[in-house]
Amino acid sequence: MQSDDSRIRLEHVSERFPSGLHALEDVNLQVAAGEFVSLLGPSGCGKSTVLRLVAGLDFPSSGRVDAPALRREAAATTAFVFQDPTLMPWASVFDNVYLPLRLAGRTRKEVAGPVADVLALVGLDDFARSFPSELSGGMRMRASIARALVTQPQVLLMDEPFAALDEVTRNRLNLDLLAWWSARPLSVLFVTHSVFEAAFLSQRVLVMGVRPGHVVTELRIEQPYPRVASFRGSTVFQQACRELSAAIESVQQGAPA
Amino acid sequence: MMRLLSWLTIPMLLLGWELLVRIAGIPPYTLPAPSLVAQTLWANFPSLAASWWFTLKITFGALALACAGGIAIAAVFALWRPVEVALFPLAIMLQVTPLVAIAPLILIYVQSTTAALLLCAWVVAFFPILSSTLLGLRAADPNLRDLFRLYGATRWQRLRLLLAPSALPYFLGGLKISGGLSLIGAVTAEMVAGVAGRETGLASRILEASFRTETPKMFAALTLLVITGVLIFWLFGALSRRLLGRWHASTLP
Repeated sequence: MQSDDSRIRLEHVSERFPSGLHALEDVNLQVAAGEFVSLLGPSGCGKSTVLRLVAGLDFPSSGRVDAPALRREAAATTAFVFQDPTLMPWASVFDNVYLPLRLAGRTRKEVAGPVADVLALVGLDDFARSFPSELSGGMRMRASIARALVTQPQVLLMDEPFAALDEVTRNRLNLDLLAWWSARPLSVLFVTHSVFEAAFLSQRVLVMGVRPGHVVTELRIEQPYPRVASFRGSTVFQQACRELSAAIESVQQGAPA
Repeated sequence: MMRLLSWLTIPMLLLGWELLVRIAGIPPYTLPAPSLVAQTLWANFPSLAASWWFTLKITFGALALACAGGIAIAAVFALWRPVEVALFPLAIMLQVTPLVAIAPLILIYVQSTTAALLLCAWVVAFFPILSSTLLGLRAADPNLRDLFRLYGATRWQRLRLLLAPSALPYFLGGLKISGGLSLIGAVTAEMVAGVAGRETGLASRILEASFRTETPKMFAALTLLVITGVLIFWLFGALSRRLLGRWHASTLP
């Protein structure tokens, strides 16, 4: 079981960039160990900034961020998946997935097993020696997720990972992602601008508003896991989508479309 | 069809040239026919080959030094921004000064002629490698940079596993340009130096032949220079395809 130190907590966090951009204002949020939480909002609401703060890639102008990545002793506990698969084009799928372990000083021989396991998990076992340019968009994203999972992180941060994929691929990956998440002790903070995706995946959805970014409201999706494709036809799902859409709409009042 | 076209251009040109010289009766000291150039090249090959070898040594020696210098300086610039701010203007000054203008100075300051020629060729060859490698080091995907930071990569890991591969296509582009430039540098420097003596390059042979109005011999030496230039270009093109084959957009089918 997971201890409390995989928790993510933001308290009164504000972020102003040197460019003058006021990205976040008084953001409070918490992700419990093993929880799946989505950040939903229009572009420019600071969703990605929240992820970068949690990953320790940026630091808040004021307020407090507490997350595993910010504690020195807990290296490689946090993984990041970008909207773009962000694979190294010059390296094979195997070498891309091996990267985080390689940076931690592990030899290729040592980790051949774990890398093969995670490739099998995401369904890329036959493509270990392929190059990213030889894969489809969905497969590249699978490789990107494999790289994130290979270190067995406590926290997985995902920044609109499926936004550029077609609907069928996206739905498949949503289902797979839930399977991968539920099989391990992993907290997920998932950024999306899709109401349906947020409602399908998450235990909780935080809706964010713009200028500056702040959390407007929070919705708990009361549906146990495993969730299957038919969940999309259920009243719970549709009710959740309606509420989230209404929240988004109210956020966007006054903002340019 | 397009390939065939590119292979046909040169033979057609040579044929036209040959016909022009024969029909118009142009004297060989004005414009020798390709057939005469080929004959001259064949007859003088042993002595020309020695000069060719000398020019090749200067060209590739300077290019090797340009690679070493260009890459090392680019890496230092990329890792320590203040060094770049301080020193990049110097590199530009070196680049924009015409070689023929500084070659005489180099020849005064450097005792050994071979070293002076190497230095001259290096001056023109190193800048494209420096600037394109630097650009490539900067072009690394910002998300990948973040990922390396997230996983606590050391400076050396970042350079070796991220920056160097990102810069490789840019470096190879610079290398193609520098290959041609170092040949030009080697020849120009020798022209300025007016080298005489036991070991001389193709430039000296061209000068010699021009003093004696041996135009066919000038063309023969020139032919070797052209062949060298084309070979260098082709060699680095093949190297690019070999190294980037499976991943870079420039070489993907």
